[in-house]
Amino acid sequence: MASTNTVVRPVSTKRSTPRWAPTARKLTPYAFLSPTVIVMLVLMLIPVIMVIGYSFMDNVITNKFPVFVGLDNYVEVLSDPVFRTATGNTLFFTLVSVAAHLLLGLGFAMLLNSPLVGNVTKALFRVVYILPWLFTVAIIAVLWRLMLNPNGVINYILISLGLTDKGIEWLSSPDTALLAVTFINIWAGYSFYMVTLLAGLQGVPADLYEAARVDGASAFQRFWNVTLPQLKPIIISMSVLDIIWTSQQFALIWMTTGGGPVNVTEMLSTYTYKLAFSRYEFSVASASAVLILLLTMVLAFFYVRHQKARD
Amino acid sequence: MSKEARFRRGLTTAVAAAAALTLVTGCSSGAGSDDATSGGDVTIELAQWWEPELPDGALRTLMDTFESENPGIKVKLLSGPYASTKEQLFAGAAAGTMSDVVGLDGAWVSDFAKQGALADLSTLMKDADYDDSELASTIEVDGKTQMIPVVNFVYPLFTNDDLLAKAGITAPPSTRTEFETAAKAVTALGDNTSGWVLPLSSEAPNGIQNDVMSWVWSSGGTMLKDGKPDVTNDDVTSAVEYIKGLNDDGVIAPGSATMKEQDKVEEFTNGRVGMMIDSLSHIDLIRTSNPDLKFSISAIPAEDGFSGERGIPYASWGIGVSASSKHPAESWKLVQFLMSEKTNSELSTLANAFPGNTKSVPDFSSSDPLFKEAFDIYSEGKPANEFVGLPVAEQLMRLFDEQLQAILQGDESVDDGLKKAQDAWVGEF
Repeated sequence: MASTNTVVRPVSTKRSTPRWAPTARKLTPYAFLSPTVIVMLVLMLIPVIMVIGYSFMDNVITNKFPVFVGLDNYVEVLSDPVFRTATGNTLFFTLVSVAAHLLLGLGFAMLLNSPLVGNVTKALFRVVYILPWLFTVAIIAVLWRLMLNPNGVINYILISLGLTDKGIEWLSSPDTALLAVTFINIWAGYSFYMVTLLAGLQGVPADLYEAARVDGASAFQRFWNVTLPQLKPIIISMSVLDIIWTSQQFALIWMTTGGGPVNVTEMLSTYTYKLAFSRYEFSVASASAVLILLLTMVLAFFYVRHQKARD
Repeated sequence: MSKEARFRRGLTTAVAAAAALTLVTGCSSGAGSDDATSGGDVTIELAQWWEPELPDGALRTLMDTFESENPGIKVKLLSGPYASTKEQLFAGAAAGTMSDVVGLDGAWVSDFAKQGALADLSTLMKDADYDDSELASTIEVDGKTQMIPVVNFVYPLFTNDDLLAKAGITAPPSTRTEFETAAKAVTALGDNTSGWVLPLSSEAPNGIQNDVMSWVWSSGGTMLKDGKPDVTNDDVTSAVEYIKGLNDDGVIAPGSATMKEQDKVEEFTNGRVGMMIDSLSHIDLIRTSNPDLKFSISAIPAEDGFSGERGIPYASWGIGVSASSKHPAESWKLVQFLMSEKTNSELSTLANAFPGNTKSVPDFSSSDPLFKEAFDIYSEGKPANEFVGLPVAEQLMRLFDEQLQAILQGDESVDDGLKKAQDAWVGEF
């Protein structure tokens, strides 16, 4: 039998670690983060900084050699009566929408959470109530434009019931246009509140209600002292977010009234859009956008502070 | 750490870094393809909104013909809807990456010219020894030719034959008085019918051009003086007073303030209005939507006693060449091809429009008979659209729109409204 000389060397327990390994280890998390950071930089931070920069120039994009004009664009925007009208309209549209979203959302959520309603009925109502949320803004705008048309179904019903003798120009009359777009926005947005508040209601411990009942609390007292405090964190978060979203609403207004008739539904968003894409005054539009950004940041500050307080 | 683990960590780091690098390169690339070449060929881009509005593959077929006639030049079509084409062109003009050849609307030309985004076509024509006598019109800004209308879409008066007959009107109106009489008679029929439909949406304010100023142009009037706004003149005042009168008579369909062009067509198609001013391009749509509707077209009514040449509003598919194109000579060849007698006839036939070449004749043999009728109206009158070439044309329409709405609602007098519109227009100029 042939024998072989085998040399067995002890395996070193100490690994030879490359000198760059600690650096690589430190950099690894940043490498993983870098796609997100780059996207945030390219799509958010840089455009925001550019828009802020544009707002201080005489006119960018259409002017090849824009010059610095300081706060002139801000003065122009703030002294424009249409901007003030748009601010007032946005305030009305936002506050009424948010209040109505909350009331309707809470009401429907409580209805769907009530033991008095059967399961089949609940399921049916869930589908019906959530429908508006499933439509895109374009569909909602077309749908309501048709329904609110002077020859549309709403006027047909009103005329049939004898409530009016001729079709009302809901979206075309200065008296009703702002109310009409606000109503459409309320219809389109209450479902989100309803779903979220329903989830919140289902998380309220039954013990609290039982204890309140034992203490002799009426239905209203149970709602006021148990339900509302339990839902308060959700309500505050949702309301702040809704104020931010609604104040930035553009598509619905643009596709229903375009800001008219005669500026009665002009919002800050449509005002800024027209400055940029109708008058091509991109610097003035940037100033308007920066003002909206500042308003939104104030709201965002309260939202973040509330979230931190919750944590 | 094992070798395998080290390898895995190294690999994931590399993958993450590569992903980041890909994003960076992805975001920084794409500076346009106007210098693209393939196999020695020059590739030029044609950005327009026409392809989706033409029969499937029709524009590509024309481009294939161009490529076979001009070996070494390839055409890449960049097609999109009208609004997105406009936004893309503005972005391209700002970034210096505009396509070589661009489809243009007359309302955009002045703004692109102000940006210096368009090449002077006169120079390109001169360099190519092109005889421009066949061109029906060219659009100049500051003495430079910036756009050539390739095909034109006219806006005549559409009348619902059945409604007018029912109202006792035997022929389409040709004067303002006849129009008012017809509109009143149709409205008097009741059942939610109106004599006329007037779209004044702020979102798309082109109703001012097509449905309001058309009354001025049809009587040989003007809204400009020496190229500057003049909307307080007798021509415009008379037209606005007339429209206000129609509104006070209640003959305009309700919902006017937020109505858009498509709403107008829908009202007419459904037989709810007796008359509308609209583009010929909607004839097929009306026929398809309501095959039973009997309607006629005629010239827009003029002031009583007017005997001059009637202006008829039009919109164009215009064409221009980018100032930043690296292939201006090849780009001009494409423009020349589209404006040639044969191609222009073919394109106008395909688009149901009227040619931009005076020698071209559309083939109406397979078209709706109304196109032939419209061509006669077009040939007898003169195309009129004073918004073409004006700065921020859409904004001018919107500013006028706001004042007209206030006038119609009775919030201000015609004179005050027009004075405000004039001031606003002067501000924009």
